[in-house]
Parts: sequence; C-alpha cells; structure tokens
Amino acid sequence: MRLKLVPSETSLDFMRLRLPALGFSGLLVAASILMFTLVGLNLGIDFRGGILIEARSTDGPADIGGMRSDLGTLGLGDISLQEFGSDTDILVRVQRQDGDEQAQIAAITAITDTLGSGYEVRRTEFVGPTVGAELAQKGIYAVGCALLAIMVYIWFRFEWQFSLAAILALAHDVLSTIGLFALTSFEFNLATVAAILTIAGYSINDTVVVFDRVRENLRRYKSYEQRDILNRSLNETLSRTVMTSVTTLLALLAIVLFGGAVLRDFALAMMWGVLIGTYSSVFVAVGALAFFDLKRHLDEEDDPGSPAEAG
Amino acid sequence: MLQFESWKKILVLLVTVLGIVYAAPNAMPGDGSESGNFLPGQKINLGLDLQGGSHLLLRVDMDVVIQERLESMAETIRLEFRQQKLRFSDLDVVDGTVVVTLRNASDGDAAREVFQEFGPVVSITQDGPGYSIAFNEQGLIDLQSRTIEQSMEIIRRRIDPDGTKEPVIQRQGADRVLVQLPGVDDPEEIKRLLGRTAKLTFQLVDTSITAQEVRERGRAPSGSVLLPADDDSGEFFVVEKRVMVSGELLDSAQASFDQNNRPAVTFALNAEGAKKFGRVTGANIGRPFAIILDGKVVSAPTIQSQIFGNGQITGNFSVAETNELSLILRAGALPAPLIVMEERSIGPGLGADSVAAGQIAAFVGLALVMVYMVLSYGLFGLLADVALLVNVVLILGALSAIQATLTLPGIAGIVLTMGMAVDANVLVFERIREELRRGRNVMAAIEGGYKRAISTIVDANLTTLFAALFLYIFGSGPIKGFAVTLSIGIATSLFTAVMVTRLLVILWLERRRPRELVL
Repeated sequence: MRLKLVPSETSLDFMRLRLPALGFSGLLVAASILMFTLVGLNLGIDFRGGILIEARSTDGPADIGGMRSDLGTLGLGDISLQEFGSDTDILVRVQRQDGDEQAQIAAITAITDTLGSGYEVRRTEFVGPTVGAELAQKGIYAVGCALLAIMVYIWFRFEWQFSLAAILALAHDVLSTIGLFALTSFEFNLATVAAILTIAGYSINDTVVVFDRVRENLRRYKSYEQRDILNRSLNETLSRTVMTSVTTLLALLAIVLFGGAVLRDFALAMMWGVLIGTYSSVFVAVGALAFFDLKRHLDEEDDPGSPAEAG
Repeated sequence: MLQFESWKKILVLLVTVLGIVYAAPNAMPGDGSESGNFLPGQKINLGLDLQGGSHLLLRVDMDVVIQERLESMAETIRLEFRQQKLRFSDLDVVDGTVVVTLRNASDGDAAREVFQEFGPVVSITQDGPGYSIAFNEQGLIDLQSRTIEQSMEIIRRRIDPDGTKEPVIQRQGADRVLVQLPGVDDPEEIKRLLGRTAKLTFQLVDTSITAQEVRERGRAPSGSVLLPADDDSGEFFVVEKRVMVSGELLDSAQASFDQNNRPAVTFALNAEGAKKFGRVTGANIGRPFAIILDGKVVSAPTIQSQIFGNGQITGNFSVAETNELSLILRAGALPAPLIVMEERSIGPGLGADSVAAGQIAAFVGLALVMVYMVLSYGLFGLLADVALLVNVVLILGALSAIQATLTLPGIAGIVLTMGMAVDANVLVFERIREELRRGRNVMAAIEGGYKRAISTIVDANLTTLFAALFLYIFGSGPIKGFAVTLSIGIATSLFTAVMVTRLLVILWLERRRPRELVL
C-alpha cells in the first residue's frame, strides 16, 4: 500500500485557472509593493545598525518589567525586550546610538553592567551604521545577481520565453516574501536574505522541472494544442511537485520545532517560500508561458549531447 | 542506463568509503587529533556561532596617524630651519598639509632640501614664499599598508600572547581588520585590550608654571602642553612636549605591587632605553617625571636618584587592570586607534545549545523524510533512504575534508538539503511510474525513468547552485557557511541520486529479476 497525496493520473485543467491565478498574483505583488513602501520592513540591526543582546536569567523566568525599567534609566532611547525561545531568555534590541561607533560600544557595556550578575549574556551583536549600509547593498546585489544568472541559464537551456516566464515567477516569489515580512513585521535581516535566495533556488528548481516537461511534450505531441500540452505537463509533474514540497516541508518543520529560536524565523520564511514557489511554478511560470506561441521544433536546435534526447 | 560498469561500482564504493573515513572523526569524542595515523582525524570546523567566540570588524583610524606624521614633519622642519638659520613664519598643520612661509625668498633652495628629506612620499607645492607639504597618493597608500600591518601584528600579540588561541586576523578592504577569536568567555575583555593604543611616554613635568596658571592664561608655554590625569580626578599637569623615553624601548612589563601593596606595573627597558632613562633621571634629580599613557598622565613621581633599566608605574589600578596594562605594554603600542565597526559575540553556552538543537532538528528531519519516502515508494523509497544516509555522510565528510566552517545557518542548509536531496530520486521514481503506466516492462520502465529524468535533475540542481554561488560571493560569516553546505549538498545529492540509488536499484534487479514492479 502506497501513500499517495496525489492520484496517479490527474487531468486537472490548470489553464482554466490561469487568468484568475495571474490576477491574484498580480494583486499579491501589488499589495506587497504597497506594504513595502507604506509600512516598510522591520529591518534588523544587520541593515539598520544597532545593538542586540541575548541574555538568560540565571534564576527562574526573566523579569521583563524589571529589566525594562532598569534599562530605561540608561537613556539609550528605544529599547525593545522580547522573550526568545523560553521564558528565561530575553532578546534586548537597542536602537542605533547617536554619535560614532564608540558611543555604541559604551552602550553595550552599560547594558551588560545594568543586567548584572542575575543574567548570563549569551550573545552580543553590534553593527555600526557604515557596515549596516554595506550589508544592505551586498544583500541587494546578491539577490539581483542570482536572479540575473538564473535568467541567463534558463535562456541558454530553453528559449527566451521560458526565461522570461521563470523570472516573472521568481520576482513574484521574492516580492511577495518581502511583502509578507512587511505585513507581519518579522525582522528582516541577513538570514532573511539567505532565505529569499534559497526560496529563489527552490522555486526555480521546481519551475525548471515543469519547463523540462513542457519542452519534452512540445516535441512529442506536435499536433496538440499548446494549452493542452501545458496542462498535460503540469498534470504529469504534479505528483513529483507535491512529493518534493512535502519532503522539504517536513525537513523544515523539524527545524521550526527543534532547531532553536535563532533558526525558527529562517525556517518559517523557507516554508512560506516552498508554498509560494510551488504555486508560482504552476500558475505564474507556466501561466505566463501560455501567452507565447512556443516553438515546436526545439529538438532540432537543442544540444545533441543532451541525455534527454535519447528518450 | 542499466549497465553499470565495474569501474563505476568501484567509484561509488570508493567515494562512500572516503566519505565515511573523513566523517568518522566527528563521531568520536575529543578533538579528533588522537584518532590514530590511519584516519585524517580532522573534525568539522565549527563557526563562531556554534563554538562561541567573538567576531570584530575594526577600522584603523588613519586620520590620527596622518595627523601625527604631519605634526612630526612640522617639528622636523622647525628644528632644521632653526639649525640652518632659515627665517620662517606660520608653520602649522592645516587640513592634512604642513604649511610654512619663508621670510626670505632666497632661502627657497635650502628649504626644499629640508623638505626632500621626507622622501618621495610627499608632494611639495609652492605659492610665492608659502610652501605646503602633503602626502601624495602613493605615500598615503604606503602609510596605510604599513599601519595596518603593524596593527595586525600588535592585535595578534594582545589577544593571543601565547599563540594558542588560533585567532583569525585579516585585512579587509582599505582600512579594516577582521578579528575572529573562538571560545571567548568575556567579549568585553577583547574590546578593552584593543580599545587603547597604549602609547607610553616619559616626559618631564614643566615646573616653571602650574596647571592652574596655564588654564587661566589659556595656553601653555611653547614646548609644553597641558595633559589630564588618567584617573578622571580632574587634575591636570603641564609637561614638556619633548619625549624623553617612549614605550618602544620597553623590554618587559609585569603586573606587580608597589611598596604599599597597591597593584602596579613593573617594567624593564632595553639597553638603549636604560641608557636614555639613566641620562634623563641623572640630570633631573628632584624634578617630577610624568608617565603618560595615551595622552593622559598616569603618575608623576619625583626623581629621587638616577634610575637605569627598571621602574614601576603606580596609579589607581585594580589587579585586573595591571594585568591588562602589562599585557598591552608588552605587546606594544598600536600605531593608530581601532574603531569597532561590527561585533558579533556568542557565549559558549549558546553555541553548545545551538549545536544540540541543530543535531536534534537534523535527526528528526532525516527521520521524517525517510519514513515519508518508504511510505510513498516502498522498497525504492528504502533504497533512496540508504542513498540519503550516504549523502549525509558525504556532506559531513566533505565539510571535514575541506575544513569548511559549519555555522548555524549551515546546519539549516544540511537539513534543507535532506528535504531536497530526495528530489532527484522522486523525479526518477515518478518517471518510472509513468513508464510502467504506459505498459513497459520493469527493466524498460526503470531504464526509461533514469534516462528521461537525468537532464531535468541536472538543470534543476545547476540553477539552485547559482543561488548558492551568489550567497557565497555576497554573504558574510554565517551566511557564507550556509552557502557552502548548500553547494556541497547539491553536489552530493546529485552523486547519490544518480550513482548510489541507481547502483542499489541495479543490484536489486540483478538479484531478483522481477517480472513486475509496484511503485
């Protein structure tokens, strides 16, 4: 007896849902951009500069109220306190201090001194304003270059229409993930950029698998309607798409549940990415492909050494 | 596709064995160095976020160094001009330039000769009787390189005096130094050690005038300067600008106690320093002699008798402070102040917790994926699971072999790879199912499944590799670690899916010669 989340053979009409789905995605992206510009991201200290201290109470649950009033007397401006993983662990975030780097270092010392012996300082992070701006720039470069490289590769392996559709799907995933972070005010930091790039990697992986099948079916069923070929390709790969999403989600679930507080947000972002990446491969990437009149004789100019040729 | 040449079988076996051999030390207690001669014996390098430690990005404050150099040039010009009886006015350092005006235009050649002494690192511009001397581009680059090299050496001596802590000290960009020090209990201590330049000088106190009078007048006599006391008492001293003996002439410095049993630092000068010190103290008995650290007067004891090589610095110190001060003095002065641009310090407790949590997450993730595969594909799922285990061993082996740094996001990368690694197998198995549905026999279905899936597998993995590549290029610290494990994971899952699972499937086919296959 096999566990099958998707029946062996499906003949769902994905293309019928294409326009509503594209409309929904368009709205999603527009809303994301709106959220990003109006609400903005809750930037972590990686990009904004500032101080982060993780402290653990050495006897019993931490007294957040007491800490708040003690630290409030230091005059360091905006201080946020947050339970982190358990009720003994507290994350202290302090806004960037006026003045140069020395002022920030002095603030760290003041905080650790104020916390005193009742707390074990487990982690101290400080990012100066210069470095923060550089890290933000590097993050943008990383995402931009990765998208560009993927686009070029797909163009090289497939046709320009595929490349365009894939990049649309990727941009959709990246933008809606950023929108989600703006909506939920989850902290946006370096790990988030890594998560976004990994989401892009996962999503493109998924898209390529579907595209491969589309290319193959375009050759095989030359007399079929293009719409039917796209539908057929999606149905044929559906079982694999679901299977891989589930295994990846299972692995990520393990990180969310047991990987500790530091990785939880990262894994949650990734889980969202697996869902949105799977959705966008089907509806955005293939949906966009349907707008083009795809060539049917790809095999004539394809790389003769490709193993797929043998089939 | 279903012929598997013997050399390929040997390759699979060899790679797997190599993976096990390289991964093995990680399963053993201790640091792996005692695992015998036949094993490579290196464990995975844990990142600072997993083993605890401090990461500091420091900027070397070049402005201070340049200003110091220019002032010393101005001082040289003053002395030389006086000696050669060249009349001048308005000698000053303004905006990174030494300016001076000659009274007699006929002294121009002699003045230029003095300026030439500074070498090709400066450029000289003339405007009538006025001259300006500034570092040229090459001069600045040279000065910067030299300053940063010296700083790195001094940093090493300060944070790792015994050479046992294996810190990473790297130059980054034009004026930055990256310091990574594993296993630090008190990150504040490093910042204290690096927080002062520790320029130690001995200068005579100017007894012709009191500090009070200088403050009233608003300026010190030429050749003297008003300096604050080191102990924040608000006391000031008027000391002569001329440095009699400086910290470079120190031979050693030790934490000790003075005759009143207060913490102090005892120092010894080298031969040159002892000679100078003896000459100054011999000629100035009865005068106070200021000990100055980073522009502040630590103490100003009166010279009782001629002193040669040894002395003691007393002040308002705690024992911990004398320990740190003596360490800093032994290591030498930093050529420029260091400014902390970025700090990430992880306590050893958090690091250990993260490793434990990461391990649990990895085991649970592995178990979930394995069970799901068996439920979905039965025997073939089990074969894929064997390949997945080989995959994990290969990742650990590769990380140990290339001594890549495993970070917390890196662990997430491994767990994520487990989820995605089976994808290649899923692609093949789903293809086999399709072929079976088309009515092919078992052999043909399996052969077709592999044949058709492989280009998809390569395309899919290569594109993910691009994302990982850019993470590596632009990422820093832990993110780089994530990119490394993700890339290694992609490579090993390609290998295990295409080679290991296929070999297992072929072996099964050869033994059983099944007529039918339910997948």
